[in-house]
Amino acid sequence: MSKNSIEKLPTYLAIPPLKKDSMAGKGPFKASIDIQKDLGFPGEKIDNWQQVAINKIAETKSKYRSVQVFLDSCMKCGVCTDKCHYYLGTADPKNMPVARQDLFRSVYRRHFTFAGKYFPKLVGAKEFDEDMLDDWYNYFHQCSQCRRCAVFCPIGIDTAEISMAAREVMNAIGVGQKYPNQILGKINKIGNNLGMPEPALRDTLADLEEEIKEETGVNVKLPLDIKNSEVLMVTPSADFFAEPHIDGLIGYAKVFHQSGVSWTLSSYASEAANFGMFIGNYDVMRQGALRIRKAALDLNVKRVVVGECGHAWRVAYSFWNTLTGLGSGGSDEYSLKLQNQLDSNYPQPQHMIEFTYDLIQRDKLSFDKSKNDHRVVTFHDSCNVARGSNMGDIENGQFILPREVIKAACNNFSDMHKSTIKSATFCCGGGGGLLTDDLIDLRIKGAKPRMHALKQSEQDNGVNTLAAICAICKSQFSKVLPNYDFDPYMIVSVHQLVSDAIILTKDSET
Amino acid sequence: MAEILGAEVDEEGYLLNVSDWNVEIANAMSQEDGINLSTEHWEVINFLQAYYKEYEFAPAVRVLTKAIAKKLGNDKGNSRYLYSLFPYGPAKQGCRFAGLPKPTGCV
Repeated sequence: MSKNSIEKLPTYLAIPPLKKDSMAGKGPFKASIDIQKDLGFPGEKIDNWQQVAINKIAETKSKYRSVQVFLDSCMKCGVCTDKCHYYLGTADPKNMPVARQDLFRSVYRRHFTFAGKYFPKLVGAKEFDEDMLDDWYNYFHQCSQCRRCAVFCPIGIDTAEISMAAREVMNAIGVGQKYPNQILGKINKIGNNLGMPEPALRDTLADLEEEIKEETGVNVKLPLDIKNSEVLMVTPSADFFAEPHIDGLIGYAKVFHQSGVSWTLSSYASEAANFGMFIGNYDVMRQGALRIRKAALDLNVKRVVVGECGHAWRVAYSFWNTLTGLGSGGSDEYSLKLQNQLDSNYPQPQHMIEFTYDLIQRDKLSFDKSKNDHRVVTFHDSCNVARGSNMGDIENGQFILPREVIKAACNNFSDMHKSTIKSATFCCGGGGGLLTDDLIDLRIKGAKPRMHALKQSEQDNGVNTLAAICAICKSQFSKVLPNYDFDPYMIVSVHQLVSDAIILTKDSET
Repeated sequence: MAEILGAEVDEEGYLLNVSDWNVEIANAMSQEDGINLSTEHWEVINFLQAYYKEYEFAPAVRVLTKAIAKKLGNDKGNSRYLYSLFPYGPAKQGCRFAGLPKPTGCV
């Protein structure tokens, strides 16, 4: 699918010798004036950008104390250096997590520390000049905010937070990335990342209902904007549009059908993804989350369930409570109203994997696992689920539940090497706002560690199916798999595996 | 701003104005990508344009494959076949040749 040549993988993924400046460049496409203004940012780089940037750093470090702690506390031990998939894939030393942090840290030291103000050269403090800004733009867009380095850092420095803060500072001076910012504008105007209007969504769902009916003979519904449903389902809009995502959506519908729980999608909040997190902007992130709150209130639902989207689940699980009162935490009028409205017998929000897992535990779903016997399945832990959330209210539930759902629907499951899964999972290479064609070279290289582990699993255990619960991972893998001599169609949604094996009750039997 | 046959395109080669589209532009774009547009390509392009006219949005890949299955037969109504026509993806490359905006998001 891509002209890029096939990457021959070594049997052992060695730490590459340094290739200085191998990923130097201008970075991804910049957002246009209109895109920037839509989000309330300056349209283009402002004249006094240095001063505004320094002020923004001051604001950011006081608002997010974690950022200041991370900037102050690195002791240059070097443990993080070989933990980043972009470093392992590109060999550019500036893609070592510590080097990426130091782009920010050197400016911070120059302006906010005593030693940096008076003896800058002694402490690696640097001016925020044009060259530094170019490096910021280029290398903070070579970080997928996956947080793998943070797992290994002895003091837990989270490069993702520094990367988010850097993007926030750059947007504040009018230097934004086209891909995420254009998408965020579409959420605010239309309700989803795709910019898919309600009639197209309605038509697509009707088409899918017809398809399920043809294939199974059962009237499985994909309801839209149905008031007083039990569940509001918010899912990444890629589930309505892309392959293989759409088969996961069909899987959710079949599970809801079997559960007997009424559910609805919303045309107003037809997006679970929230790129506001990627650009580190609280207000933009909140705007996206508030659409979901409004939809939950307007549709008068009792529960909110989130579909297969990695960072959406981190935002939902970790931030929705204080952003919107969905869960608990918000104290404004609408938050309180929502907390009264939602059923406290269920987790709020709940992941679709939790919903399905719960039904499996209660013996409410039946599977013909032989339908997946042509598959040997492995599971790719998506970063934001693995390192930014939990499931099932049990320790490590975010690793256990998806695997249990897969095993309920499939006879053949085999994990990849333990150093590449669960909390040590490797990013797909396209997360954090980097899933854009102008970064395809980086995406292919960044996928290398994951592809290497997959290749081992293919050779050792005959793995031929890669399952994931993140829209970005699924799109990224379908694009880059051929570059590593894999079939692009081996990537599937976990709920596609469910969909293929679930035994549906015929209408007359219900 | 870049142009193709006098029509403005964005950094990624998509037309800025859908109304600027004509057959010559589609041919020029496909030539740049090393593709000669066949009858099958045009079936896809025509469907994309008709759908866009109705919904102001490109069809989901599944909707497209089903429409193509009806026109060209079931053996061609699948994503593998569409990728063989449009190696950079029926949604993205197809939309570009059809003069439509690029689908955005996690796709």
